[in-house]
Amino acid sequence: MKVTVEGREAYAYTGGRPFDPALPCVVFIHGAANDHSPYTLLARWFAHHGFGVLAVDLPGHSRSAGPLKADVRGYAQWVWALLDAVGVQQAALVGHSMGSLIALEAAGLAPARASRLVLIGTAYPMKVSDTLLATAREKPLAAMAMVNSWGIATLATKPGYPGPGNWLHGSAMALMRRVQAAGEAMGPGSNVFLHGFEVCNAYQGGLEAAARVTCPVTMVLGRQDIMTPPRATRELAAALKAKVTYVPSGHHQLAEAPDATLAAVREALG
Amino acid sequence: MAGPSDPGFDTLALHAGAAPDPATGARAVPIHLSTSFVFENSEHAASLFNMERSGHVYSRISNPTNAVLEERLAALEGGVGAIATASGQAALHLAISTIAGAGHHIVASTALYGGSHNLLAYTLKRFGIETTFVKPGDIDGWRAAIRPNTRLLFGETLGNPGLDVLDIPTVSAIAHEAGLPLLVDSTFTTPWLMKPMEHGADLVFHSATKFLSGHGTVIGGVLADSGLFDWEKSGRFPELSQPYTGFHGMVFAEESTVAAFLLRARREGLRDFGACMSPHTAWLILQGIETLPLRMARHVENTRKVVAFLAAHPMVAGVGYPELESHPSHALAKKLLPRGCGSVFSFDLKGSRNQGKAFIESLKIFSHLANVGDCRSLVIHPASTTHFRMDDAALAGAGITPGTIRLSIGLEDADDLVDDLKRAFKVAEKAQ
Repeated sequence: MKVTVEGREAYAYTGGRPFDPALPCVVFIHGAANDHSPYTLLARWFAHHGFGVLAVDLPGHSRSAGPLKADVRGYAQWVWALLDAVGVQQAALVGHSMGSLIALEAAGLAPARASRLVLIGTAYPMKVSDTLLATAREKPLAAMAMVNSWGIATLATKPGYPGPGNWLHGSAMALMRRVQAAGEAMGPGSNVFLHGFEVCNAYQGGLEAAARVTCPVTMVLGRQDIMTPPRATRELAAALKAKVTYVPSGHHQLAEAPDATLAAVREALG
Repeated sequence: MAGPSDPGFDTLALHAGAAPDPATGARAVPIHLSTSFVFENSEHAASLFNMERSGHVYSRISNPTNAVLEERLAALEGGVGAIATASGQAALHLAISTIAGAGHHIVASTALYGGSHNLLAYTLKRFGIETTFVKPGDIDGWRAAIRPNTRLLFGETLGNPGLDVLDIPTVSAIAHEAGLPLLVDSTFTTPWLMKPMEHGADLVFHSATKFLSGHGTVIGGVLADSGLFDWEKSGRFPELSQPYTGFHGMVFAEESTVAAFLLRARREGLRDFGACMSPHTAWLILQGIETLPLRMARHVENTRKVVAFLAAHPMVAGVGYPELESHPSHALAKKLLPRGCGSVFSFDLKGSRNQGKAFIESLKIFSHLANVGDCRSLVIHPASTTHFRMDDAALAGAGITPGTIRLSIGLEDADDLVDDLKRAFKVAEKAQ
């Protein structure tokens, strides 16, 4: 659905049902150079099991108008602005990768409004290599290929996402290219891909946010994830007193292990 | 700058989409000859039907063996996914029927496989879909033929019968300027010789019966999507950007930014038209794809030797192979097909129809039949078979002479193929 947030048009996928603000709300927040679409199976499940679902396109990504926000805090504030716009006071926040930092920061900004926090494919600090940043700046397509290769743990992701017959390496690459192309509408030189990784790299508020979080927290981590390796979450997990669940995947938990990820998020959201 | 990348073509041809079977440990891809798949419970069943989970329900819609083939072909083409179909014709029909209906229009190359031409010129016309045919090299013609109701542009990587190379970068740019996708039949080239999506094609299909299978054992097709065409932005495709009443008001472009086309093609096209592939067929095609890089290299190597022999033979009036400087697509072939121009081509035998027949009937290794892309070498004489009802004038209009012979070069010893041709030339020379 389309909704006006901070004076600009924003898009949120509602899981195949009209959004009902009276239902328990769950917000799904995507990672760098992505949009809502990696969440559609999860979003459909929750939308058809008693939740009001908002799988957002962050500002400047796919269907949501720009500009991009300057940092993780800017995106976190936008999430609450979105919920204000649709009349929701409290919501569960589920974020993947960059989206996990946004969800964490949002929960830290307004602890009473976050009913649950689920961090998928997270790490803190989420440092990005200089090589990747330099390549993203100069040759975004090459950098996308690097991320694709690091991010997916297997050549045989089953049963396929969003359905059988889909090739995750191709889908992930095409989505980054589509988001990058859509971002070019914001002006010459726009580089949504680089922006996402710079935002992750620059974020330093994780432990401060964690100290303010009061809701139950779950981490869903890929055992073979080398982009946000499970070992890089220990300090944050301890600070959040998070329940940590491992799924058989690389960094694309939602697509590589959709059933295991669904099970983990179902348990987290009660 | 150094960095990781996806595995190479040969590795993907063996591994993409497949892993040891978790239930049995089987290393080769199992053939899942099962119509249907057991649900864990009622909630699991409902969530599969409602696309809340991914998985297999019924083999007309998806099957684990077929899915390996689909993922593998998508990997080799550089796409987001693919759909296996009952034949190449079914793949073409699925591509068109997913985004076009009565009142719509297609712009297609004149240089098409006869079956594709029949579908567009006669059969789809009966269902209200009109086609304007344009010579593949007529760039202004492609642009001029586009109408407000046009839904796609369509051509072959190597057009039939003259092997016109489709200028995919230019034709795709024309299509995209008009908010339209370019559909390409890549049967003759396979992704080993060319990946049309890298040059701008949006949808690619194959008659997998040919080189992908490679052994002349099955009929099958595969349709792949690049995921890069923006169906919403185009504004011409409500099938993908508006609610679909046939699936609970689903808006496919919102369900998947990059796989909207494939979702509708599977959820509507396979579901309702039902031209699905047998898992046994999928398995046989997978066996072929595992050796595709090796076979295509040999096909091209053998073809070059045969072409060189024919081009120098006194009984040959001309050889239509784009690697020859005399071919009108030579420059384009050098640009788009640096690995070679495949192994199917025609040459013109000097002489009468009877001499053409004598030539064909004297061949011992080449098999006289209506197919291409087999591991065995094949031959056909259009004037006495596929085009036998045409007089010489009509043949000329189709770019065929009484002496035109089409060859599909296989994997035999090239010297044996040349010897076979030499023998047939001698017989033809004496025939009248």
